[in-house]
Amino acid sequence: MRAPEELTREAIEAVWRVEAARLIGGLVRLVRDVDRAEDLAQEALLSALERWPETGIPANPGAWLMTTARNKGVDEGRRRAMMRGKHEEVERSAERSTELELPDEAVEDDVLRLMLVACHPVLSRDARVALTLRLVAGLSTAEIARAFLSTEATVAQRIVRAKRTLAAAQVPFEVPAGDELRARLPPVLEVVYLVFNEGYAATAGDDLLRPELCEEAMRLGRILVGLAPDIAEVHGLLALMELQASRSRARVGPDGEPVLLFDQDRGKWDRLLITRGLEGLARAEACGGPLGPYTLQAAIAACHARASAPEETDWLRIAALYDALLEVTGSAVVALNRAVAVSRAYGPEEALQLVDELVDALRGYHLLPAVRADLLLSLRRYEEARRAFEEAARLATNLRERALLLGRAASCVRPSALS
Amino acid sequence: MKTRAEAPKKKGDRLMKVMVIVKATKNSEAGVMPDESLLTAMGNYNEELVKAGIMLAGDGLHPSAKGKRIQFVGGQTRVVDGPFAETKELVAGYWIWQVRSMEEAVEWARRCPPPMPGEESELEIRRIFEPEDFGDALTPELREQEERLRAEGERRKQA
Repeated sequence: MRAPEELTREAIEAVWRVEAARLIGGLVRLVRDVDRAEDLAQEALLSALERWPETGIPANPGAWLMTTARNKGVDEGRRRAMMRGKHEEVERSAERSTELELPDEAVEDDVLRLMLVACHPVLSRDARVALTLRLVAGLSTAEIARAFLSTEATVAQRIVRAKRTLAAAQVPFEVPAGDELRARLPPVLEVVYLVFNEGYAATAGDDLLRPELCEEAMRLGRILVGLAPDIAEVHGLLALMELQASRSRARVGPDGEPVLLFDQDRGKWDRLLITRGLEGLARAEACGGPLGPYTLQAAIAACHARASAPEETDWLRIAALYDALLEVTGSAVVALNRAVAVSRAYGPEEALQLVDELVDALRGYHLLPAVRADLLLSLRRYEEARRAFEEAARLATNLRERALLLGRAASCVRPSALS
Repeated sequence: MKTRAEAPKKKGDRLMKVMVIVKATKNSEAGVMPDESLLTAMGNYNEELVKAGIMLAGDGLHPSAKGKRIQFVGGQTRVVDGPFAETKELVAGYWIWQVRSMEEAVEWARRCPPPMPGEESELEIRRIFEPEDFGDALTPELREQEERLRAEGERRKQA
């Protein structure tokens, strides 16, 4: 027992955050219904908030919460059965209370189970993200709404509907192993990376809340690494996020202006995250097998992280990694990235050919003419570069970006004409 | 541009990094190595930290007898060899954790097995500075193409 006088609401909520995922995951296994599991867990939290200030936090708060939630579940089951007047059921639910004892070794699986269920493909992407942050990360509906610039009502509604969908689809709660687990992980990884990108790209609204999402995503990634350490892409994803996040503090100048990768003060890069990212990448590669998309992207990010100055960047390797990534994803956006790497490794002429091949696939995408314009500019084809920048500006939706592109268009002047 | 001070921010809202410092004791300074039961307990504890996604780094330190101090006095540097006297103020090990609040760090620290069995011991939690401008206006730029295209790709896939 701990001294009650120290107990604040924050301390109890901290216990909740530590225990929530395991608690809800265990209850899901028990009652096989996400909504009911979460209700029971919440009721247990309410009991804790009521009782712990008097009694102190129990020595094993996780077990206390689980027992409390389970007893509430049993009571509720009995009450329901009574109302229906089914005596048999009352007895059965009473019996169940003893078999509801949870062996410790199942606990880890419980969190993984929760992730698999929350990220199940029957749910929309938005629903998966909301449910994962709520159930696994332990965020409140209000916190999720703030982070995604949405209203609490919208998020709450999304979560309610998601739970209904899960119940209706009778999503299985078993945690598979080996290849089957591997097959079920991509939607989980996708959700984690979506959360990360939402924070990293920070395209709208109050930017101040966004880095939270990067950090939540990395935390989820670390949990996954602990739960599925044999799966390469789990390490690859975490390494990718850590390597990208390592540059965060160098990406913004003193007045809040963005700082480009090659202008960044590399001394500001977070060495702890870089070290962790490079180690994670090595672990991903050590898992064997062909490299997946997250590991390949992490390997590309690692090329930048390893270069202590921009001119030390290994563009040949980056171009080769993009080749592999293009093969895995077949994405035209990746192909455009590859063209940028090729221009650095082999020169703008070769890259321009690659970009021109993508015109149909990426029609209407402002970055295609933007990249093209850059290449034309380095080939001193000023007039064509200007037109390409203008086209990019027309297609850009972000005002700040449009202004930047128009500015670049205006600067596409043959040097001799300046005098 | 908005400043951080204007942002409505709830307490404990942001993940933060803390350093959890294991204070030295007479035994740790004498180089007494942890016995097997402590190693096992610490191993389990570390595994829990990893599985909870909060552990970033952690190590144990040799006794201060193998340490050095570099003192800066009057524009000169002076190197002082260990051991150092004030045992209880010395550091025997550390972790770096990422947690949501100081309360969460405290909750995890309480779950640590007593780090110095047979002796009174202490963990100290200190918050690590984070760059305050971390989140402002992260609009990606043209030449940052590796990053920006990837993010765009994600959005296009969603669309």
